[in-house]
Amino acid sequence: MKRIEAVNDFVIKFANVNGSGSASANELFAKAVMRMGVPVSPRNIFPSNIQGMPTWYEARVCEKGYHGRRGGVDMMVAMNPQTWDTDIAEIESGGYLFYDSTRPLPPSKFRDDVLTLGVPLTDIANAAYTDPRQRQLFKNIIYVGALSVLLGVDAEVFEKLFAEQYKGKERLLESNIKALHMGRDYVKTHMAYPLGIRVQRADNVGDQIFTDGNSAAALGLVYGGATVAAWYPITPSTSVPEAFQKYCEKFRVDPATGQHRYAIVQAEDELASIGMVVGAGWNGARAFTATSGPGVSLMTEFIGLAYFAEIPVTIVNVQRGGPSTGMPTRTQQADILSCAYASHGDTKHVLLLPQDPHECFTHSAAALDLADRLQTPIFVMTDLDIGMNQRLCKPFVWEEGKGYDRGKVMTAEELEAGKDFGRYKDVDGDGIPWRTLPGTHPTKGAFFTRGTTRNPYAMYSERGPDYIYNMERLLRKFKTAANLVPQPIVRKAKQPTRFGVIYYGSTSPAMREALDVLETQDLHLDAMRLCAFPFPDSVQEFIVSHDTVFVVEQNRDGQMHSLIVNELDFDPAKLPRVLHYDGTPITARFIASAIAKRMEAQAKKQKETV
Amino acid sequence: MTYIAKPRLHHPTLHTNKVGYTRRDYEGRISTLCAGCGHDSISAAIIQACWELDIEPHRVAKLSGIGCSSKTPDYFLGASHGFNTVHGRMPSVLTGANLANRDLLYLGVSGDGDSASIGLGQFANAMRRGVRMAYIVENNGVYGLTKGQFSATADRGSKSKKGVINSDSPVDLVGIALQLGATYVARSFSGDKAQLIPLIKGAIAHGGAAFIDVISPCVTFNNHGGSTKSYDYVRQHNEAVSRIDFMVPGEEITTSYAPGEVVDVAQHDGSILRLRKLHADYDPTDRTVAMNYMQQHSARGEVVTGLLYMDPLATDLHTALNTSEHPLNAFNAPELCPGGKALEKINAALR
Repeated sequence: MKRIEAVNDFVIKFANVNGSGSASANELFAKAVMRMGVPVSPRNIFPSNIQGMPTWYEARVCEKGYHGRRGGVDMMVAMNPQTWDTDIAEIESGGYLFYDSTRPLPPSKFRDDVLTLGVPLTDIANAAYTDPRQRQLFKNIIYVGALSVLLGVDAEVFEKLFAEQYKGKERLLESNIKALHMGRDYVKTHMAYPLGIRVQRADNVGDQIFTDGNSAAALGLVYGGATVAAWYPITPSTSVPEAFQKYCEKFRVDPATGQHRYAIVQAEDELASIGMVVGAGWNGARAFTATSGPGVSLMTEFIGLAYFAEIPVTIVNVQRGGPSTGMPTRTQQADILSCAYASHGDTKHVLLLPQDPHECFTHSAAALDLADRLQTPIFVMTDLDIGMNQRLCKPFVWEEGKGYDRGKVMTAEELEAGKDFGRYKDVDGDGIPWRTLPGTHPTKGAFFTRGTTRNPYAMYSERGPDYIYNMERLLRKFKTAANLVPQPIVRKAKQPTRFGVIYYGSTSPAMREALDVLETQDLHLDAMRLCAFPFPDSVQEFIVSHDTVFVVEQNRDGQMHSLIVNELDFDPAKLPRVLHYDGTPITARFIASAIAKRMEAQAKKQKETV
Repeated sequence: MTYIAKPRLHHPTLHTNKVGYTRRDYEGRISTLCAGCGHDSISAAIIQACWELDIEPHRVAKLSGIGCSSKTPDYFLGASHGFNTVHGRMPSVLTGANLANRDLLYLGVSGDGDSASIGLGQFANAMRRGVRMAYIVENNGVYGLTKGQFSATADRGSKSKKGVINSDSPVDLVGIALQLGATYVARSFSGDKAQLIPLIKGAIAHGGAAFIDVISPCVTFNNHGGSTKSYDYVRQHNEAVSRIDFMVPGEEITTSYAPGEVVDVAQHDGSILRLRKLHADYDPTDRTVAMNYMQQHSARGEVVTGLLYMDPLATDLHTALNTSEHPLNAFNAPELCPGGKALEKINAALR
């Protein structure tokens, strides 16, 4: 049997029971590997449940820094008897199984082609602790200790992490170090180490940060100046407002008065959340809500109002598997169409498409500026994969002294000076009208905001020409938006090619890796990463300049594909779809194989016709 | 309804209030509602109340939902910003607007369809949160714009214009507001201006969630025999608990009353509501008493009106959230953005 041998390049998966405290132990392991200078990208695979159900933590250790899910498992840490059989079956041939050997298991429960590493974790924990909760929690640290020796992670790295985490809590610090060493000592006395897969110090983490997209989005909203947040709990977006609250408590409390420069309301439902955001945006505060697909469905009436009445709104949509309740704890990019065209009548909305926590930060901050500038709803379309998993990414940056773009808000002085105010009048040619905020001027600039049709001076009107003027202006505004949103990023192939690929959001790390893999197979593609909708002209040009452009995304129906075909009038046959939608994050293996197959088939067909 | 444009010209002898406005400065566009509609009387009462309160019109934000009543904000306070939102969702929009700028006065105008059917949840939750606002429901028990269907406040056994008998129990918005913690609850009748104007003034001056249910007969679809929301029915069954005078701080009190006849209730801003009691034993600062009283009288088919309950020292959502005195919408990057150095520290903690 050939063992898997790999330094700084393997996948380790922890199978746990949720509510057992394993999440923090697993995160500790991932952080320790990163402190060794080796990139890790972990993913939580968890149920829609609080306690007692299976949960997994899959960590990809990859010196090259590919953060996409790889697929396959080299080492399984099997801590959950409920899922034992499927967990064992998932290990790659030649891989490793780590388990709690306190209770003997029949040989039929193991595989011949997998190296079995049993550590009596329960025995060790029970001997050291009497309190049941401590036994459980420290058992997790004990297995992390055992794994650290097997995989060659230095003890000092953990000790430093503990010291940072338990600063000022010396007793906790001491007991964690003790538990870690219980695991380490057992392996050192009883087993051969390190294994064929292991970690070796490297220098590939650099100044990157390790964080999740939801916290990053929340921080971006704090930096971007959101003062009103209204939300309703829904997986996987709940941690956005929660993190917003945490950061606000830290950064937005007036030191002199103790008063808050923010207001957060947990609303009674998504309809009320978006209603509050619309009210606050109408009244000149930067406001946001965070939700997921089902929440957007409930919000669509208000989204249409905000589009038509032209009110700044920021919506963070952390997408999950749909339709309906769908897969609440799994990932998809399946709300592209429902957000781009949300609400009845002719509507179009701006979507920002962050690829990682770094961009969740920048795009969320930018969304607030764009909302004010464009006076319309702006969606930040993240998903569960980026939102709820920690990811290595570029550190956050903020230009010192940068102000906010509050858009076209007419002041009392301008009104007093006699500047003409037509709330829905295009005076600058960019489709964006001027607005006034309630309370600005005693006699000038007041208007009635409504969802019904109106003339450029905000007077109720059902006249066809008034309606057409308004709808055409909204289109013009949308065109303006295409140049204000984050622009697409192109990666050219090493040699000229007629093949292109378009992708976006959380697909990005897997796509980058797939492009490298395809290149080694002499398959070359130019790649364009979309960062937003509406599409600027560069998207059109990219597609025109290639014969075939694959569109890679994580939904069943090729929603971005449809959006491109619909908005840019391309023949769908030119844009083959590469779709992954089982709820797990897309992998480089999947993308590379799907694209290679079609490129090779096309090459063969061409040869035949020649 | 009239097609005659309102003359813009004001008579030079028109009285101005303390902030220099005439009553006409509080008017809006010509109403497009049916002639005799109760809602127009309420609009007139709002105009009168704001003028008498010396409120600058632009310091009021008026919000509404959808329906006949929700059209009315166009017909008063033309110099105020208005927002005709979506059906049943005015409370959430008003809540957000209020959070953005606590310096303005918020007037929510809604109807029985808007607040008791589609918007019952938002109505209830805005009351629970104590959003500072004057929330007026123009209650006619019927859907006017869609031509005469029963609304959720129509009494069981009442008859529609087409002769249908309503079999559903009515939603009692006053009862709900009392139960859910509104701190100023009143009921009035659009045909009783003398009662309605001081009630609106008290609601605007109130420091928390103020709710007024105004029975406002629909002359076109719900003013017939068998209706319990008609002018005749309400006049015959109106049971007022008190008569109210509203006095601003420092105002000289000239009328004298016999002892025990009046109760003065001072609100947080120093304004005084002087209640001339019509029912000697009614205590409007006792929520439980108010709820019982309402239940008993409603069982007898009486429409109890007047100031039913108030907590004179009520606080609001801003107090609960400890929000800045300074309006949130006036903050900018220097006050809101933690800056680059703080970000460096955050980055360091994430490595």
